Amino acid sequence: MAGTRHSGFPPLEGEGSSSSFLDFVSRNNPGLLPFGRDLPAGSMPATPHGTTIVALTFAGGVLMAGDRRATMGTMIASRHIEKVFPADKYSVLGIAGTAGIAIDMVRLFQVELEHYEKIEGTRLSLEGKANRLGAMVRANLPMALQGLSVVPLFAGIEYGAATGRLFSYDVTGGRYEELEHHSVGSGSVFARGALKKLWRPELSEEDAVAVAVEALIDAADDDSATGGPDLIRALWPVVYTVKNDGATRVSQEALAAAVAGIVTHRSIERREA
Amino acid sequence: MSQQFYVSPEQVMKDRADFARKGIARGKSVVVLSYRDGMALVAENPSPTLHKIGEIYDRIAFAAVGKYNEFESLRQAGVRYADVRGYSYDRVDVTARGLASVYAQSLGTVFTAEQKPFEVELAVAEVGVSEAGDHIFRLNFDGSISDEAGFLAMGGQADAVQSTLERLWVPGALLAQALHWAVTALAAPRISTGASETGRIHLLDATTLEVAVLERNASRVRGSHRAFRRLGAADVAALLASGKQPPTPSPA
Repeated sequence: MAGTRHSGFPPLEGEGSSSSFLDFVSRNNPGLLPFGRDLPAGSMPATPHGTTIVALTFAGGVLMAGDRRATMGTMIASRHIEKVFPADKYSVLGIAGTAGIAIDMVRLFQVELEHYEKIEGTRLSLEGKANRLGAMVRANLPMALQGLSVVPLFAGIEYGAATGRLFSYDVTGGRYEELEHHSVGSGSVFARGALKKLWRPELSEEDAVAVAVEALIDAADDDSATGGPDLIRALWPVVYTVKNDGATRVSQEALAAAVAGIVTHRSIERREA
Repeated sequence: MSQQFYVSPEQVMKDRADFARKGIARGKSVVVLSYRDGMALVAENPSPTLHKIGEIYDRIAFAAVGKYNEFESLRQAGVRYADVRGYSYDRVDVTARGLASVYAQSLGTVFTAEQKPFEVELAVAEVGVSEAGDHIFRLNFDGSISDEAGFLAMGGQADAVQSTLERLWVPGALLAQALHWAVTALAAPRISTGASETGRIHLLDATTLEVAVLERNASRVRGSHRAFRRLGAADVAALLASGKQPPTPSPA
């Protein structure tokens, strides 16, 4: 079976057929994968990089937020990029790193989860999803060594459970469960400092959105690659919440209100952040 | 090497077709029909886990009759085909027509080249933006393919089921009504044969039915790109109860 390319239709492939889209594509159409190719020696020109993602738990769920900036060296490559995505109904992921590969990895991961669900007729467990994402990050390791790294942050809720969980990754595919809150990307150091001071147990959903936005504002304040909320263009971070009824995107109005609250508060105080 | 008797190709094909047809007729029927807000796929299936109906892609569903292991491998192959295609092009580029034609090729190849033909009959359904945009493809064990308008019945005593649907089905029905038609049609063979002996017409109930729908407005109503939704036994029972009353068109 190894090495033979078959149509993917019976008679076909009774043996060794798996429920994983990643495995299937790796075997049959490896060219479709975002990673797994041998790059020739040479230096990579500047490519868009995604930056800061924050995630935190709140009462009854988990939230993830990402700023809207992609940078290419010292240039701003995009002000509109979206770096937080729903992975399936009960989980979300955010990506930092080389945008081109990361966005394809997100697409691959979304198909992977949906594919499993359709083939097996049941959802993958949250741990299972986190492990599959780790496998993808690890598959990207050769590219990461060339400077094209992707570091995701994964959050979700086990179907029927009441609390959300967070998983972070390193470029080798190492998977670490995080408690309370976490952040990845260039502005993560500053965002994490902010989260440590702002996060409280049992935050309400509304407060959690405000905390995430404020952490991103703090990250944008000190990290040039992180974009703050753009009041002129009315661009707000992309924020998703996951509760036991599924993942939903926080509305533009709610984000505008959260940003306005923080901006007003800080303008009145007139402090150095 | 042993000498083989000459058998004419006509006879070979006829034998294979008879073999497959017998296998398919032994099972229970499946019905696919369009209604106002989507398409319903209804199977008589006492097992809650061994499904005859499955999701293929955003707006495409699959239904099958015959041998479970054979149509299950075809269903999985269909999911792989659709997911690879949607991943390499775009989600909107996965169509029921494309899927049905690869199924037809696959079934045709197996029918002529393999030891034994597949004892399956498949339906591929795609929900459109309006009822006129719905597609139902019927795929036979020999790879022949046909495009059905509005409804389809297959497996078991398919003729009796199909003729009942022909009599009942009109476009624009609500789900409860469509489900009631489907159940009536599925029970039709039993009414014509068994009822006279027992003296009691036993309609199918929620526990022996497998029901799924492709919702026309899933993206707008549920915010999901996936139109396929399985209905639980409680939902089916409630719909069957409401569908029995005379049809009064009211917003569901």
